[in-house]
Amino acid sequence: MNFDLNVILSKQDELLYGIAVTIFVWVVGTLASAALGFVIATARRYGGVLVDRALAVPVEVIRGTPFLVQLFLLYFGGPYIGLSLDALPAGLLALSIYGSAYFSEIFRAGYQSVPPGHVEAAETLGFTRGQVIRVILLPEMALLVLPPSVNMAIILLKETALLSLITVPEMTMTASAIGSQEYAFVEAMLLLALTYWILVELAGLLGRLAEKKLSRYRLAKA
Amino acid sequence: MSWKLFSLLLEASLMTIFVSTISILIGLVLAILLSAANLSGIRPLQWGGKFFISFFRGTPLLVQLLLLYNLLPVMGIQMPSLATAILGLSLCTAAYQAENLRGGFEGVPRGLVESADMAGFSPAQTFFHIRVPIALRLTLPALINEAILILKASSLVSVVGLVELTRMAQNLVASTFMPLELYASAGLIYLVINLTVAVLGRQLEQRLPGAPAK
Repeated sequence: MNFDLNVILSKQDELLYGIAVTIFVWVVGTLASAALGFVIATARRYGGVLVDRALAVPVEVIRGTPFLVQLFLLYFGGPYIGLSLDALPAGLLALSIYGSAYFSEIFRAGYQSVPPGHVEAAETLGFTRGQVIRVILLPEMALLVLPPSVNMAIILLKETALLSLITVPEMTMTASAIGSQEYAFVEAMLLLALTYWILVELAGLLGRLAEKKLSRYRLAKA
Repeated sequence: MSWKLFSLLLEASLMTIFVSTISILIGLVLAILLSAANLSGIRPLQWGGKFFISFFRGTPLLVQLLLLYNLLPVMGIQMPSLATAILGLSLCTAAYQAENLRGGFEGVPRGLVESADMAGFSPAQTFFHIRVPIALRLTLPALINEAILILKASSLVSVVGLVELTRMAQNLVASTFMPLELYASAGLIYLVINLTVAVLGRQLEQRLPGAPAK
C-alpha cells in the first residue's frame, strides 16, 4: 500500500471548502436545534396538558428513529408532499428538527431542576411569565443544561457527516470524492477522521471553558 | 403501500436486530477489557485505551465504517460486509460502553475490593468477580441506552453494503418510488424496536437484585 497524504493535501482548497460547509451546517443546525428545543420545552411547560402530550409524540418519534431515516424521509419523501428542498436546506432542516427533540429534553430537565420556590417568589413579586423565564429560570438552569448541550452539539457535529449521503458538499462528501478520484480513499478517510477528531476535541474544550466561566453562578447547596 | 413491501422491511429488520445485538455484546466484552486496561495501572495500556476511546467517540461512525471498509482490503483482509459491519459497530460501541463503565467502576465500594484482596483474591479474580458485576449492575441503564443508540446507528451499516432495514427501504424506494411510505414505515419499525427495548430494559432494571431504592 502506498500511503501518500500529499495527494489529498494538494486539494486543500476543496478540503477547506468542505470543512467550512461542515462548520456552517453544524453551527447553524446546533443554534436552530437549541432555539427550537427551547420553544418546545417552554410550550410543554406552559401550554397545558394537551400541548405537553401532543408535543411528547413527535419528540419521542424523533428520538426513537435513526437520523439517517429522518433525513431520507425529508429529502426523498418531501417532494411527494410538495416539500422540494435542495440538499443543503434539507440537511439543515433535518438536523435542526432532530437536534431540537434532544434539546427540548435537556431544557425540560433544566426547567425541572429550578426550585419551585424561586418561581413562586418571583411571581409573588409581580414578575411576568416572560420575566420569570428570562430572569429566574434561564440563569438558574444555565449551568445544568450546559454540559448536556455541549454533548449534544458534539453529537450533532458527528451527525453532519450523514448529510454527505444526500449530497451536501460537506467534508465527508468532499473527502470521499477526492479519495475516489485520486485512488487514495484510505488516506482521505484517515485525514477526515482526524479533522472530526480535532473539531470534537475543540468543541469539548470550549464547553469545559464555558462551564468554568459559569460555575461561579453555581447555586449554594441547600 | 402493500403488505408485501412491509413484510420485506420486517424481514430486513431482523438483520438490524441481529447486527445490533451481536455488536453490543462484542462491544461490552471489549469495553470490559478496556476497563481492565484502565484499572491495570500499566501506563502504555492506559494510554492505548484512552486513545482508542477518544478516537471512536471523537469521529463519526459513518467515517469509521468507510475507513474500515476500505482499509481492510488494502491490508489484504477480505471480509463479508456482515463481518465488517459488526466489527465497525462493535469497535464504536466499545468506546462508548467503556466510558459508561468507567463511572460504574468508580461506584464500586472500596471496601468490597479491599475485602476481596484480604480474602486472597488475585487481582484478576477481584476484577471479574467483584468489580465487573457491580459496575455492570450500576451502569445497566446506560447499557440499555447504548443498545438503543446502536440500534439506530446500525442504519449506517447500509453504506458498507449490508442489507438491513434502512438499506432494504432504500432498495425498495429505488424500484417503487414510494420514499414517503417506505421511510416512514422503516422509521415506525425502528421506533417499535426501540420502545420495546426501553420497556424491557426498565423491567430488567427493576427486577434485578440491587435495584436503587425508590
